[in-house]
Amino acid sequence: MKVFLYLLLAIGAIFNGLGAFALIRFPDVYTRIHGATKCTTFGSIFSILAVVIYGFVKGGGEGGTLAIHALLALFFLLITNPTGSHALARGAHRAGVRPVGAVVDRLEEKE
Amino acid sequence: MRKWGAWATSAVFIYIVYLILTLWTGELGLWSLGELITGAVIALLGAIPLGNIVWKRGDVRLLQPHRWILFLFYLIGPFFFSMARANIDVAYRVITGRIKPGIVRFQPHLKTDFGRTLLANSITLTPGTLTVDVDDGTGEFYVHWIYVKNPEPRPEEVCGPFPTWARRIAE
Repeated sequence: MKVFLYLLLAIGAIFNGLGAFALIRFPDVYTRIHGATKCTTFGSIFSILAVVIYGFVKGGGEGGTLAIHALLALFFLLITNPTGSHALARGAHRAGVRPVGAVVDRLEEKE
Repeated sequence: MRKWGAWATSAVFIYIVYLILTLWTGELGLWSLGELITGAVIALLGAIPLGNIVWKRGDVRLLQPHRWILFLFYLIGPFFFSMARANIDVAYRVITGRIKPGIVRFQPHLKTDFGRTLLANSITLTPGTLTVDVDDGTGEFYVHWIYVKNPEPRPEEVCGPFPTWARRIAE
């Protein structure tokens, strides 16, 4: 059981690390949003799943509260993360930031 | 009459979330009296600004329970699978730096606000694709794609089974 939880936490940590790495590697705001928010979401899902499973295994009022609060955090993270990313990307495009090295930009053709 | 119904539904949903948040806190079974009253007040206050907006364009069909079961199945099955695969793909691109970005346009033929929101959020949560804009009138999606395989893609090329599922769940 403990090994399984450590495995989940390790996957979460690796993807969070890759997300941070993507911020340095990628050239512009859009690709950085890909790296940062995506890898962070996947990393966070695994970290939170570890907490949820730990809470349910522990059981009782305390463990149950922990598990349910973590699940709620995951639920709202899954709603707010794409909304925030979309707002950032749309704002950047409206402010005139063009994607670096783009092969095609249909949105600019439209505007 | 419809207006009051919308407000009441929003209030009930906020109350349910509050009750889940405060499980196992009290002496009256699972909750305490104070939490129940606080939750009711918060639900009423929250429903006043929200109620009218959420159900504006007749998204009442979301209350049908089989859509919720479909949504949960979609979240655990096809969505999680696509996300895991795309995550590994983007991890590879982070390490090698091999990208070919661009903003592509496609038409998934979704009509309701909720269907569009579900598809846009699914696309944005999947690594490698990011919804930049949705045309309110025509329903066309503008998606930033980290590795453009085809500048005039069909919806399935960009986001796999998501449009079919969005239609199944929301329309």
